[in-house]
Amino acid sequence: MSDAAIQGKARIEGYPYDREALRAELRTLEQVPGVAKRDPILTVDRIERRFGGMTAVNVAHLEVPRGAITALIGPNGAGKTTFFNLITGFDQPSNAQKLIGGGDAKWSFNGKDLRRTGASQAARAGMVRTFQLTKALSRMTVLENMLIGANNQPGENIFVGLIPPLWKARERENIERAKDLLTRFKLDAKINDMAGDLSGGQKKLLEMARALMSNPAMIMLDEPMAGVNPALTQSLLDHIQALRDDGTTVLFVEHDMHMVRHISDWVVVMAQGEVIAEGLPEEVMTSQAVVDAYLGAHHDKDLGDDDAINTGFMRAIATEIADELEEETR
Amino acid sequence: MGVFTASPAHAAECAPDATTGCVQGVIKTSAGEPAAGIKLTLKGAGETQTAETDAEGRWVFSVTEAGKYTVSVDEASLPKGQFFKSADSREIEAQLNNQASALFPLTDNEAEASGGDAAAAGNGGSGSSSSADSFSWPRFWQQFVSGLRMGLLISLASLGLSLIFGTTGLSNFAHGEMVTLGGLLAAVFMGITGNLWLAGLLAVVVSAAFGWAQDKILWKPLRKRRLSLMQLMIVSIGLSITMQYLFQFFWGSGVIRIDKSTPATWTVFGVTLTVQSYIAMGVSLLAIIAVGLGLMYTRFGRATRAISDNPALARASGIDVDRVINIVWIIGAGLAGLAGVFLGLVFNGLNWFTGGQLLLMFFAAVTLGGLGTAFGAFIGSMLIGMMVELTNIWLPGDLKYATALVLLILVLLVRPQGIFGRKERIG
Amino acid sequence: MNFWFELLQSILQIAISPTTAAFVLAAIGLNVHFGFTGLMNMGQAGFMLVGAYGFGVSVSYFGLGFWTSILIAIGAAVIFAIILGIPTLKLRGDYLAIVTIAAAEVLRMVVKLAVLQDVTGGPSGIPGNKYRPVFTELSPLPDGKTTILGLTYANTGVDDWWTRIVAWGIVALFILITWLLIRSPWGRVLKGIREDEDAVRSLGKSSYAYKLQALILGGIMGAFGGIVMALPAAMQPDSMGRPMTFNLWMIVLLGGAATIFGPLLGSILFFVVRLLLTSLAGEFIPSSLLNTQQTEQLAWVLIGLALILLVVFRPQGVLGNKKELSFNV
Repeated sequence: MSDAAIQGKARIEGYPYDREALRAELRTLEQVPGVAKRDPILTVDRIERRFGGMTAVNVAHLEVPRGAITALIGPNGAGKTTFFNLITGFDQPSNAQKLIGGGDAKWSFNGKDLRRTGASQAARAGMVRTFQLTKALSRMTVLENMLIGANNQPGENIFVGLIPPLWKARERENIERAKDLLTRFKLDAKINDMAGDLSGGQKKLLEMARALMSNPAMIMLDEPMAGVNPALTQSLLDHIQALRDDGTTVLFVEHDMHMVRHISDWVVVMAQGEVIAEGLPEEVMTSQAVVDAYLGAHHDKDLGDDDAINTGFMRAIATEIADELEEETR
Repeated sequence: MGVFTASPAHAAECAPDATTGCVQGVIKTSAGEPAAGIKLTLKGAGETQTAETDAEGRWVFSVTEAGKYTVSVDEASLPKGQFFKSADSREIEAQLNNQASALFPLTDNEAEASGGDAAAAGNGGSGSSSSADSFSWPRFWQQFVSGLRMGLLISLASLGLSLIFGTTGLSNFAHGEMVTLGGLLAAVFMGITGNLWLAGLLAVVVSAAFGWAQDKILWKPLRKRRLSLMQLMIVSIGLSITMQYLFQFFWGSGVIRIDKSTPATWTVFGVTLTVQSYIAMGVSLLAIIAVGLGLMYTRFGRATRAISDNPALARASGIDVDRVINIVWIIGAGLAGLAGVFLGLVFNGLNWFTGGQLLLMFFAAVTLGGLGTAFGAFIGSMLIGMMVELTNIWLPGDLKYATALVLLILVLLVRPQGIFGRKERIG
Repeated sequence: MNFWFELLQSILQIAISPTTAAFVLAAIGLNVHFGFTGLMNMGQAGFMLVGAYGFGVSVSYFGLGFWTSILIAIGAAVIFAIILGIPTLKLRGDYLAIVTIAAAEVLRMVVKLAVLQDVTGGPSGIPGNKYRPVFTELSPLPDGKTTILGLTYANTGVDDWWTRIVAWGIVALFILITWLLIRSPWGRVLKGIREDEDAVRSLGKSSYAYKLQALILGGIMGAFGGIVMALPAAMQPDSMGRPMTFNLWMIVLLGGAATIFGPLLGSILFFVVRLLLTSLAGEFIPSSLLNTQQTEQLAWVLIGLALILLVVFRPQGVLGNKKELSFNV
C-alpha cells in the first residue's frame, strides 16, 4: 500500500509521519474541550450559527492536530455538518466579521485566516471536503469527475483553454494521476462510465478519490461510511489511514463507533452545537458526559417516552426527510 | 393604446424627417362631418404658431424642435351648437422624424360638455407620454391617488402571481395575458349584455374558469411529468406568446374599448378621476381584503402556506395538494381577469399587449414585497404603483415603467428576499 | 412550378442573409449562457441592443472609427454582463431570468427616449447610412455585382456580399471558439457547475467567477449579433426587445441546447419553416380567409405552441443528447 500511496505527495516539512510518536504526544494532552495542540492545522475561535431562535453551532475553541485522524462524533442534530459547512465556507457564521458591525468569529487553516473566504477559496487553501449526500457529477464520466478535482490545470482559465497546446501536457499528467488514484480505490474499470451509473458506495469512493486529486493538506469527510457496502468498509478504513500516512490530515464525521474507535487518533464530541468532550478514542467514548449526550439525560428511560423526543430529535428527522426528498427530485 | 391615434400619413404640408416633426389632427363635428375653419394655436419651444382646419377638418403644425407643446383650440371658432366634449387644449410631446396628434372631440349636447379643462388624468392612456411638469401639490395629489389606483390594480394580479409561485414554484410569464383576457372578455360581454357590471362579472367568472382549465389541462400533467421549474417557466413563456397572438388574431391590434361611452369623472379634494376608477379601487380593495382574510383564517389559506413551506410535508399531513393548487389557479386567474377589466376601463381601452406590458410590474411587485408572501405582494404592488405614477411628475412619461424596473433590479442587488421574504428561500 | 422555384430561391436567400447570421450569433451566445452554463438569460436582446448601439452611437454621434467602435461595443457588453451578473449569480435561476428581462427592457426604454434622440435616434433608431460607411469602406472586394447560385447582390454596398462574408465569417469564428472552449478544462468546469455547483466549489473552483465569464462571453457574442443585424439595415430599439429574446430561445431549444451546431441549425430551421408556412399560406389560402397580417399572427401562435411542445417533449432539441441535458433550477 505505501509505495503507491506515497507516489502522489511529496514529503512535507514538519509533518508527523511517525504515527506512534503522534499518538504518544496526544496521550499527554489534557482531555478537555478546546485543549490546545502542539501543531494545529485548523484553529477555530468563537464560531456561532443560529437559525431563527435555535443555536445550531456554538464552538468556543477547537484545534485540530496536524497529521492526525480526528473523528467528530455526536448525536443527530448536534451541528456537525453545520460546523463543517461553516469552516469550509459553505455557510456563514451568525457572528461573522463584517465591514460594519458583525461579530468576532475567527478561524484559520494552516496559518491562513479564513474568516472572509468563500467555499472555493477554502478548498484552494488546502481544505477539501466531501458531502453527506454524495455529490458525484452524475452526467459526467468518472474520469471527468477526477480531472475536475485537479487544481493545477491552466486550461481552466478561459484564455488558456482556447489554445490546446498550452494545457494538453498537464492534462495527460492529470489523467495518469487520476488513473493511479482510481486504481487505488478499485474504480479503474469504471473510468469511462457515467458517474451516475455507479453504486452508492462507489460514488463515495469516487468523491474521496476526486478530493485527493489536488493533494489537499486536510481532507474532511462527511460520513464516509454511510451507504457503503460493509465489505468495502475495511478497505475504506485502510484508505483513510493511508491518507494520513501520506501527509494528509483527516477530519471526519461518523456515527459508526467501531470505525471511530478503530482508526481515529483523536475524538471530538459535539452535542447541541457545542463541543462537550475531546480526547483519546477509548477514553472519550466511555465517558459519562458523552453517553448522556447520545441518549439524552434519560438514558435509562424507554425511548417511547415523549420527553426524549425533543426538538433536536424532531428537527433531525425533518432534515433527513428533506435531504432524501431533495435527492429524489434531482 | 392611449389617447393619441396616428394620423394619415399624407399630411398636407408636413412630412416628418430628421429635422422635422409634425403635430396634426382632424376635427369632426358630433355628426361626423369635417369641421373646417377652426382655429388652433401651438405653443412651445419658445414659439407660437397658428393654424386652421381645412375642408376636411385637418390641421397641421410642423416643428423643428422636439419637446413639449400645447395645442389649444379657439372656442370662438367652433361651429355653432358645437361644444368641447373633453378638453380644449392638450399637451403633447413632439419628436423629430415623427408625428404626434391631439384629439378634440365635439358634442352638440351642452350638458355633456366639459369645462374645457386640460385632459383629465382619469383618461390617461398607458402609452401616453403625459410629460413631466414642474412639481405642484395638486399634481402631486393627483398622481398620488393615481398611484393608489395603479397599486390596487397591480395587487390583484400580483396576489395571484405570488400564490401560484408560492404553491408551485412557477414564475408564470403568461400572467399578463390572463389580465388582458379579462379586459377583452369584458368588452365581449359588454357588447352582448350592454350592462357593465354584468359584463365585468362574467369576465371574471370566465377568467377563473380559464385558470381552472389551465391547471387541469396543462400545469397538473406537467407537474406529474416532473418537469423542472425552468422548463415550466419556458412553457409559460410559450403560452404567453400563443395567447398574445391569438388575441391579435381575434381582436386585431388596435385599441378595444369596454365602455364606449365617455366615462363620467368625479373630483374629490382636488383629485379628478373617473367614477369607474373609484369603483375599481373600491372593489379591488374589497377583493384583496377578502383574499387576505381567506389566506389567514381559512383552512384553505393555511394549506397554501403549508404547501409553500414544504410541499412534501404538506402532502404527508393529508392536504390534497393538487386540489389546493387548482383552487389557487382559479383564484389567481379570476383576480387577474378582474384586474384586466378594471385596467381596460381605467385606461379607456386596452389591446393585446396591455397585460403583457405590465407583466414586469407584477414581477417587480412580488419580488419587492417578498416572494412567497401574499401580504408582501400587496405592499410591493402599492409601492410599484406609486412609483409608476409619481415619477411622472419629474421624469418623461416614457420612463415611468423603467423606474419601477430599476427599483426591481436594485432590490435584488441589496435585499433579494424582498421586504417581507425569508432569506432561506432564495439561494 | 414557378412558385416552388421561387420558394427555393427564397429559402436560399434566407439561409445566407445577414439577418439570419445575426440570429445565429446571438443564439450561440445564448447557448453559452443557457446550454453550457445553465444561466436563464431572458435578456439576450439587451446584449444585442448594447452591441448595436455601442457601435452605432460611437460612429454616428461621436464620429469614431470602425475598430474603436467595435471595441466600445464589446466593452459595453462586458459592462452590461457584469452589472447583470453581480447581483444575480448567487441567486436562483428564475431570479436571473427576471433581472435580465427587466434590465433589457430598461435599456430599450432608455435608448428609445425622446430626450436622447440626438444620440440614439429615439424611437426610430439610427438609420444605416449613419454608421455603415465605416464598415463598407473596409471591403477589399472589387466593385460590381456577383451572382452565386442564382442570387445577385452588389459586392460592396448596402445589402451586399461583403456583409454576408463578414457576418458568416464571424459565425464560423464563434462556432470555433465555442468548440474549443467546450472541449477545454474551462468547459469541463462549466459542465460541472451545471451539474452541481457546490461539488465544484468544494474542489476549489469559484462557480461565481466561471458563471460571470460565461455571461460575459455569451454577451459579447450577442453584441456582435446586434451589430451584424443592424449593418445591412438600421438599428431600432423595438426590434431588439422581448420578441427577439423569445425567438432566440426558440432557436436554441430547437437546434439543441448545449450543442455546438444547435444555434446554427435552429436559426436556419426557424426561418425556413416560417418562410414555408407563410409562403404556402399565402399561395394556397385565399386572402379572404387569411390576410397576410393574420398569417403572420398565426405563425407566432404556432411558434408559441411549438415552444411548449419542444420544451415538454423534446427539450434536447434536434441535435441534443437527452442523457446530458440538465435543466436544474
